[in-house]
Amino acid sequence: MGSQGGFGQSKEFLDLVKSIGEARSKSEEDRIVLHEIEMLKRRINEPDIPKRKMKEYIIRLVYIEMLGHDASFGYIHAVKMTHDDSLLLKRTGYLAVTLFLNEDHDLIILIVNTIQKDLKSDNYLVVCAALNAVCKLINEETIPAVIQQVVELLGHPKEGVRKKAVMALHSFYQRSPSSVNHLVSSFQKKLCDNDPGVMGATLFPLYDLITIDVNLYKDLVVSFVNILKQVAERRLPKSYDYHQTPAPFIQIKLLKILALLGSGDKRSSEHMYTVIGDIMRKSDTTSNIGNAILYECICCISSIQSSPKLLETAADAIAKFLKSDSHNLKYMGIDALGRLIRLSPEIAEQHQLAVIDCLEDPDDTLKRKTFELLYKMTKSSNVEVIVDRMIDYMISINDSHYKTETASRCVELAEQFAPSNHWFIQTMNKVFQHAGDLVNPKVAHNLMRLIAEGFGEDDDTADSQLRSSAVESYLQIVDQPKLPSAFLQVICWVLGEYGTADGKYSASYISGKLCDAAEAHSDDDIVKAYAVTALMKVYSFEKAAGRKFNLLPECQSLLEELSASHSSDLQQRAYEFQAILDLDANAIENIMPLDASCEDIEIDKSLSFLDSYVHKSLEEGAEPYIPEHERSGTLSISNMGNQNQYDTSSHSLRFEAYEVPKPVIPIGIPAPISYPTELVPLPEPSYQRDVQPIASLGPVSDAGSTGLKLRLDGVQKKWGKPTYSSAASSSTSNSDSHRTTVSGATQPDTVVSKSRESSSYDSSSRRQPHVEVSEEKQKLAASLFGGTSSRSEKKQSGGTAAGGGGHSKVSRVSNHTEEKVRPTTTVVQPPPPDLLDLAEPTGTMSSSSSVIDPFKQLEGLLDMSEDGITATPSNGPDLMSLYSENGQNLNQNTILNEKDDPSSENTTKRTASLTKGPSLKDALNKDALVRQMGVNPTSQNPNLFSDLLG
Amino acid sequence: MGIRFVLMVNKQGQTRLAQYYEYLTLEERRALEGEIVRKCLARNEQQCSFVEHRTYKIVYRRYASLFFLVGVDNEEVSRAHTFTIMCPNELAILEFIHLLVETMDRHFGNVCELDIMFHLEKAHFMLEEMVMNGCIVETSKANILAPIQLMDKAS
Repeated sequence: MGSQGGFGQSKEFLDLVKSIGEARSKSEEDRIVLHEIEMLKRRINEPDIPKRKMKEYIIRLVYIEMLGHDASFGYIHAVKMTHDDSLLLKRTGYLAVTLFLNEDHDLIILIVNTIQKDLKSDNYLVVCAALNAVCKLINEETIPAVIQQVVELLGHPKEGVRKKAVMALHSFYQRSPSSVNHLVSSFQKKLCDNDPGVMGATLFPLYDLITIDVNLYKDLVVSFVNILKQVAERRLPKSYDYHQTPAPFIQIKLLKILALLGSGDKRSSEHMYTVIGDIMRKSDTTSNIGNAILYECICCISSIQSSPKLLETAADAIAKFLKSDSHNLKYMGIDALGRLIRLSPEIAEQHQLAVIDCLEDPDDTLKRKTFELLYKMTKSSNVEVIVDRMIDYMISINDSHYKTETASRCVELAEQFAPSNHWFIQTMNKVFQHAGDLVNPKVAHNLMRLIAEGFGEDDDTADSQLRSSAVESYLQIVDQPKLPSAFLQVICWVLGEYGTADGKYSASYISGKLCDAAEAHSDDDIVKAYAVTALMKVYSFEKAAGRKFNLLPECQSLLEELSASHSSDLQQRAYEFQAILDLDANAIENIMPLDASCEDIEIDKSLSFLDSYVHKSLEEGAEPYIPEHERSGTLSISNMGNQNQYDTSSHSLRFEAYEVPKPVIPIGIPAPISYPTELVPLPEPSYQRDVQPIASLGPVSDAGSTGLKLRLDGVQKKWGKPTYSSAASSSTSNSDSHRTTVSGATQPDTVVSKSRESSSYDSSSRRQPHVEVSEEKQKLAASLFGGTSSRSEKKQSGGTAAGGGGHSKVSRVSNHTEEKVRPTTTVVQPPPPDLLDLAEPTGTMSSSSSVIDPFKQLEGLLDMSEDGITATPSNGPDLMSLYSENGQNLNQNTILNEKDDPSSENTTKRTASLTKGPSLKDALNKDALVRQMGVNPTSQNPNLFSDLLG
Repeated sequence: MGIRFVLMVNKQGQTRLAQYYEYLTLEERRALEGEIVRKCLARNEQQCSFVEHRTYKIVYRRYASLFFLVGVDNEEVSRAHTFTIMCPNELAILEFIHLLVETMDRHFGNVCELDIMFHLEKAHFMLEEMVMNGCIVETSKANILAPIQLMDKAS
């Protein structure tokens, strides 16, 4: 076989490939590669290596890197190979270089020259090879070195060069948009190129440009629509067909562009209706590629200002996807549903059954996609069911990335749609319990703020009930092992602030729990800090209220332990605690006012209250204070403390030079500004505070109270999003009326029963019809779907009185069944009027039937020997016809066979080769050749031989 | 950008071809390949051909012993914008893989894993013709193979 040329490779190379192919394990493979590296290191630097040999070495380097080992010792040889005159060697050199180097590698500078030279070459294949390299290797700084040449190549006679030049400019655009600003009109011109490949390539830069500013390209809408129409009408050369679908990849890209251009623009959208409708009608729903186009049409329809008719067609297509047995199509259906749902929310209800099926599916990809859909369609009426499901899913998965994502979605939905405070707190508890370390720390602060502020209404009873229920739930949870740190922090803070507020729990009970928490997490300084501060509050409140109390023995021992802690923050808190306990009730009430976390704290930034003290000291002969920046370099300690990256806690050597000390900008007030909005200071910054002289200047209790209070200055009073507070406030006012009349305990009950109601509705609609569906899924199709939806509707109208909307749903479903019959007749519709009035592209496109066979062109250009060519054309049409004859067949076959048992491959291969591929003889030759080399199907890895297309 | 990498990996998890359209260090590639190959190989035939992995969505297809994996951008989902710019068409990528295999099959004739191993550079050349900057720029088999056949003749 010509292209294989007896493989033309050395025994050594064949042996390498063979041993890699037969390696049984990664470690065996690694051993082979390491040996190869040793050998190549020696050999590649020998003088006078023949070029062909060098090419082989380069490919062996590619192998080494591909298998995960470093081949940088040979990069320079790949670079050298790009200088070679032989096209094959040059292209191999460029290939290796693009695989090895990134655009910022030092060796690139050596290649730019070669690229410049090659871009001028007479051989268009050399130009193409250079353009491939340009796309990958030219970075922002080197763009000016080649851009002029690349622009000139836009007018090259060979379409392959023009196409690659467009893509090179596209890569410049990606790296530095400003570098090609002046070329936008060239892109538009290239859209009208004679060659469909060049036109197709131009769509990529245009797409990128359109995403930046849609409005500049509105005048192209008609052109894009025309091109799409022509593509869909098979005006492009047949070689662009894929499984009888005309240029599907170009169609898809055009649909993406139209989606952008038609978004929010009725006039532009109207131009597209006909062509999208035509494509959807014509698309082949039995093939993957047909469905890919259908899916793209749905995406486009959901993005533009669609007509009701198109929306209906899209809904029908989605229904087909969802009803399909193929998981791939179901996935696409769910995705498409998520897009269309914004425009017609009622469509989700038609498919609730299918959606629930996907949600229960063992395939994690499908399940996750379905959760994405649910996330998009959440509203206040279904938030409880959806969030409950999401939390269950979150608990079930291990991947921290997706756990985090699901957790933050739960939080987002809960904050936005929470039907009640109680539910919100319960939900947050679950999220924190299972993913507390993964959620954004802000979420914890939001939760604390919610509990502290209530809902901002002047309804103190509701607020205190919220707090009581939070305290109650936290007291139950706090003993559990393995609680995430962030959650424990919230728990400690809430218990300290409100634990004793309603008088239900005694101070000693709360403080016992807090001590337990601190003890159970003795390796977590932050939790201990929260706990000790909470203890301080609990006891302060007791003392301020004039109640008698005894410090629990475990609390005493905790304090002793912390007083000797390595963490100066913990130490300070412990000492502050002890100092406060010694004060009288009046002073404590001032320092630790009850429920004052939301009060604004006025900070006296100039520390004016110290003025008299300072004055007195000065009079008594003390040295005046010299601000830090006026001191000489000897006292740069505090600056060092400010450099967070060299945190004092990491006791490691610094190897970099010390920075020149910078003056601390606001001198007088370092302590307060270091954590302006934090609820409670973290231990880290407090290290700095300790070093700073000013902190020790202020009285201990003062630093403590400013440090330990909620600091809400500059923080929005309202939490969460505006939609939430309005929705929630209405629901709270509802439940408030309950609470005032009925006892508090019934309130949670109603919530629970409500959610149970909806979930039981959920499961009944899922289970009962499920049996029917699995039995008669295919037969009943649409009618069954209507049936179930009407059933679930009855429930709905019974439960929530939404009957009116329901009936129209049924009628719509029956409409669908009618629709389904119609297309067969409507296909014969008179073809839409020919709109080929687009000046340039039309002429060229419509003449595409006369487009020259690229092979013939090559023939003429290179004047190759007759017999070399005959192989291709004779094979070409032959193959084409083979593919097209049993195209459908083949398509199905491959899908079926591609996952065949490899053991049967060897037998099937021979029979398969009779019907497919260039010729049986070639295949057998190849087989024999490989056997000669010692690689044969019976050796260690028979799979190497299995025919990929089965 | 679209396509971020194309991988061919056999059933044992050994890489047979790797092309990245964004720069990753050797270590990053090793780690990424290890993780996604483990994920994809663990799936069965009934499950769909798409797998999410961090910022990637991987579309994969198995031919005999060889897995073809294509990594594309995974779109950001937010409730605010239902329509997102970066929406990969997974089915189209799936068919792109098939087109690649058909093209290799036309060139090699009954293409098998060994063909790709012995002619790694040619498999790369085909891919270079089909994908640039992570975009599918050529889908005509004749156009893809023409430069490669010309090079064969010339050398």
